[in-house]
Amino acid sequence: MTINELQLALPEIFVLSMACVVLLADLFISDERRGLTHLLAVLTLVFATILTLRVMLPPGEVLYAFSGTFIRDRFGDVLKVFSYIILAGVFVYAKHYLRQFNLFKGEFYTLSLFALLGIMVMISAGNMITIYLGLELLALSTYALVALDRDSRFGSEAAMKYFILGSLASGLLLYGMSLIYGATGSLDLATISAALGDGMGDSMLLTFGLVFVVIGIAFKLGAVPFHMWVPDVYHGAPLAITLFISSVPKLAGLALAIRLLDNGLIGLHGDWQGMLVVLAALSLVLGNVIAIAQTNIKRMLAYSTISHMGFMLMGILAGTPEGYAAAMFYAIAYAITSAGAFAVVIMMSIDGREADQIDDYKGLARRNPWQAFLMLMMLFSLAGIPVFIGFFAKWQVIAAALQAGFVGLSVLAVLAAVAGAFYYLRIVKLMYFDEPDQEAPVSAPVDFRAVLTINGVAVLALGVFSGGLISLCVSAFV
Amino acid sequence: MLTLAHFLTLGAVLFCIGVAGIFLNRKNVLILLMCIELMLLAVNMNFVAFSRFLDNYDGQVFVFFILTVAAAEAAIGLAILVVLFRNRGSIDVEDLADLKG
Repeated sequence: MTINELQLALPEIFVLSMACVVLLADLFISDERRGLTHLLAVLTLVFATILTLRVMLPPGEVLYAFSGTFIRDRFGDVLKVFSYIILAGVFVYAKHYLRQFNLFKGEFYTLSLFALLGIMVMISAGNMITIYLGLELLALSTYALVALDRDSRFGSEAAMKYFILGSLASGLLLYGMSLIYGATGSLDLATISAALGDGMGDSMLLTFGLVFVVIGIAFKLGAVPFHMWVPDVYHGAPLAITLFISSVPKLAGLALAIRLLDNGLIGLHGDWQGMLVVLAALSLVLGNVIAIAQTNIKRMLAYSTISHMGFMLMGILAGTPEGYAAAMFYAIAYAITSAGAFAVVIMMSIDGREADQIDDYKGLARRNPWQAFLMLMMLFSLAGIPVFIGFFAKWQVIAAALQAGFVGLSVLAVLAAVAGAFYYLRIVKLMYFDEPDQEAPVSAPVDFRAVLTINGVAVLALGVFSGGLISLCVSAFV
Repeated sequence: MLTLAHFLTLGAVLFCIGVAGIFLNRKNVLILLMCIELMLLAVNMNFVAFSRFLDNYDGQVFVFFILTVAAAEAAIGLAILVVLFRNRGSIDVEDLADLKG
């Protein structure tokens, strides 16, 4: 291990140290001055961004550290920078919610930073051990976060369900990894890829291993038929945590899929492509159809997540650099938009009650026109209406799937998107054309409104000028 | 003479018992935690067997990591279980049915 190798992992080392500093510092910060913990956590993200950008690698260059267990490349750097930015937004949104619901404690920040560290490790993983450790660091922190409200019946039930199904998924993934290790004799993804290229390995062991690995990935992404945990966790967790789960970990899910399936198992592309087609098709249909029947907005957005993961899988299953770039663009677009949508839900939650019923949005345009307009932009983007970022994201993945020759799946995706537009537009109708049940104006602190406005502008601007972000994603896979 | 196939079969049987336990058990959440532990141990069995027969130590290193993570996982699982019991006064799997839709 040389100093140079440590420098490659500097952002990870920094986030780890700062997570520990936040944990310790919070012990000495009184409840009235809890804002300091928040400030410290946001500053951590700012400096992590600077550290990552300082050695941003040119397209195509890959550096290895710690015997190949850690990879530094452009794909990882771009994903990490977006993780920091989105998490910073999540922190600002969450602060308002946590204050109102008496949950404003240091644990939220410590656990989120550890989850971020897990995401970063997973994004940079070059070995199955690193993938597993990153995944578990993220998962264990998230289980605890879901149970953040210790006195909530729903929260503890959601945490238990998430814990059981998440551990089951980790177990399946590990079992798959053990079989692949047995077939190829290595845990290193690059070595596995080379071994598969040479036609090495018992094909039955490999096929079994691949099936378990794909099931593990599908569980973590929440793709049908391994989606059971998603609606319950989104519904039961405190809103600030739902906001977190629905945003940054999606980038980690993408990294998990690409590192394992592309960097390691690209030699079995023909096998995993078929499995992902089934997962994507089922997610698209089931997610969108069940979402229509929901009256709870958290559950509705959970089923919408499932369908969006179907779209993301469409990009990955193409198995081409264009496909991966499209999936990456999709994950980033979804994380940004979803954070904004949940932020509006948080803003609506006043008087110690979460505004999780669809009827709570009646006449929002009269109570707070700007907020209603921001929600409208988020929903239009999620539905994939042109000009917004969501439209270009859908366009990219469908184009990638068409290029790979999946005409039927692409048609299905378009139909699913049309069906999905129904439940997004239903909320727009409630906001703009129905009479409000209550007249109380909706408001939030100034930093919250500023970030929400930036978020809304980003959803629009990244759509209108989508070329920049698309070429950034394409450059990650040169 | 024990061959690799024997160890793999044992690993597969243990793993299947673990998974079946998670899906069949309708009684107690604690049993679910045990089933998860059993799954991870079955994976460890696989790794050690492969490692021995491939004459490659990477697998055994992985086992140490899995054991460590499993300990952390059990700690968090039990902590959530305590919270669950405080809120509901029961840890029956059948009672975990408030979230539906």
